[in-house]
Amino acid sequence: MASDFISSVPVGKETLRTDELLLNMGPQHPSTHGVLRVIVITDGEIVKEARPEIGYLHRCFEKHAENVDYVAVSPYVDRLDYLASMNNAMGYAIAVESLAGIEVPRRAEYIRVIVSELQRIASHLMSYGTYGLDMGAFTAFMYGFRDREMILDIFEKLSGARLLYNYMWIGGAYRDITPEIIKQIKDFLVYFKPQVEEYNNLVTYNKIFTERTRDIGVIDLNTCYTYGLTGVMLRGAGLKWDLRKDHPYSIYKEVEFEVPVGTGQMGTLGDCWDRHIVRMKEMIQSIRIIEQLIDGIPEGPYRAKGGKVIKPPAGEAYSRTECPRGELGFYIISDGTGKPFRVRCKSPCFMNISTLDEISRGVMVADLVATIGSLDIVLGEVDR
Amino acid sequence: MTNDEIFLKLSERFPQGILGKEETKPDCSLKVDPSAIHEVLKFLRDELNFETLHCVTGIDYPALPALCVLYHPGSYTHKTIIALKVYLPRTDDAKVSSVTDLYKAANWHERETYDMYGIQFTNHPDLRRILCPEDWVGFPLRKDYVTPDYYNGMPVPLSFGDDSAAEGGSTKEGAH
Repeated sequence: MASDFISSVPVGKETLRTDELLLNMGPQHPSTHGVLRVIVITDGEIVKEARPEIGYLHRCFEKHAENVDYVAVSPYVDRLDYLASMNNAMGYAIAVESLAGIEVPRRAEYIRVIVSELQRIASHLMSYGTYGLDMGAFTAFMYGFRDREMILDIFEKLSGARLLYNYMWIGGAYRDITPEIIKQIKDFLVYFKPQVEEYNNLVTYNKIFTERTRDIGVIDLNTCYTYGLTGVMLRGAGLKWDLRKDHPYSIYKEVEFEVPVGTGQMGTLGDCWDRHIVRMKEMIQSIRIIEQLIDGIPEGPYRAKGGKVIKPPAGEAYSRTECPRGELGFYIISDGTGKPFRVRCKSPCFMNISTLDEISRGVMVADLVATIGSLDIVLGEVDR
Repeated sequence: MTNDEIFLKLSERFPQGILGKEETKPDCSLKVDPSAIHEVLKFLRDELNFETLHCVTGIDYPALPALCVLYHPGSYTHKTIIALKVYLPRTDDAKVSSVTDLYKAANWHERETYDMYGIQFTNHPDLRRILCPEDWVGFPLRKDYVTPDYYNGMPVPLSFGDDSAAEGGSTKEGAH
């Protein structure tokens, strides 16, 4: 009889011959968020090893930068983390300004902070939407994109572009902010404030979502330290560290906001859910920052005086800024000519993705998708 | 602790290893002897609370001539970041000790530095190219690097403003 036969087949690890399977996830795969290839070695449904292979978007930004003048580097910088162009360009501008000793007018600083906080919201909305998509919630994607669209509309009015703005110029901003745009931003804030709550109800506290994201992809503080992780990873692991607070640049020391950290509310401290909730809470803080600044933008020039040609004296400068994905560093060496001698971009995503192998060993294949999503990488910045 | 105090401590502890200071903004950077860099970073990590290593990269100085490896260890305790520079001879077999055993962040950064400058990191667990293809020839960020015309039979487009290049490629970049 059939049942006798089945029970007679020896089952168990010792007798059943199993092989490890090598899977290529990517470079074209919806949940890798770009052209990332992960070589996954699986034992059944369990991930034994997940080796990220990067470089598919490599265009050697640093070499480009050595061949054009300081002003012309800025559009290339936009294309690093193309979901947060404004924040990137601000970091580069700060480095060049400190090198060349350019004083940024107060009005420009206000505009910059407002715009980069809007960009942070847009970036986190994208992260929220795509993470929902990774977890099988298509609605989140549509909601996130609907509201991100409004920010893009504001940016379009401001700079003329929707994704890659070239708006943060060295010494200030490309164009002045108008009362009309200010009103549009205010309207957006009024509209957007209750939305975060809705997002949380829809996805963050959703039973299916929490079950899929808690207790997996755990990054503790020591892992953060040794891998040089910054930004949301660090805050998700429970360290209250935000460059805007602890190493303030621009006018961040004049505004009040809180630094949300992960608490392990749904499972383990530093799991995927903790990183998600930190992003959601950061959006609320960004709204707070914009609200404090939007009514008090001082009169004055929106760009520092001086021509378009920038020739900093020979020297070196390092700038660090808090981008939506972590700490972005620019190290610029000038030899006194019109072109930079060396531009180094320290990318946060590059470090984030380097942890993937360590944190995903022993998880299920489906959880690997959840882990990659929670790292919120942008391959344009990883590969530069 | 301020950066000056940290620099003082380092130069007291490593009189041979610390070779001098260089002016950078906002703080200065320290010149470190290549043989001492591992010891210096170990001391920083274990005794001065430098928990993390933000960045490792290279610089090419054809005028000196030298290759330089730049380290940016950071501390959340002191809320600071410092820069350490190691100068190596500008040859094809420039070598420096890897610090991957101290900070895992160094793993990929050192691979990138090798990829871009050809600097060898001894004791590195997996020193391969990371951003360029495995069979790429040359080290792109060296100042005397010449972009090859072909890679595996495919033309390599290149245009930095002069329209004479970019043979066979459709990647002419517009004016900004």
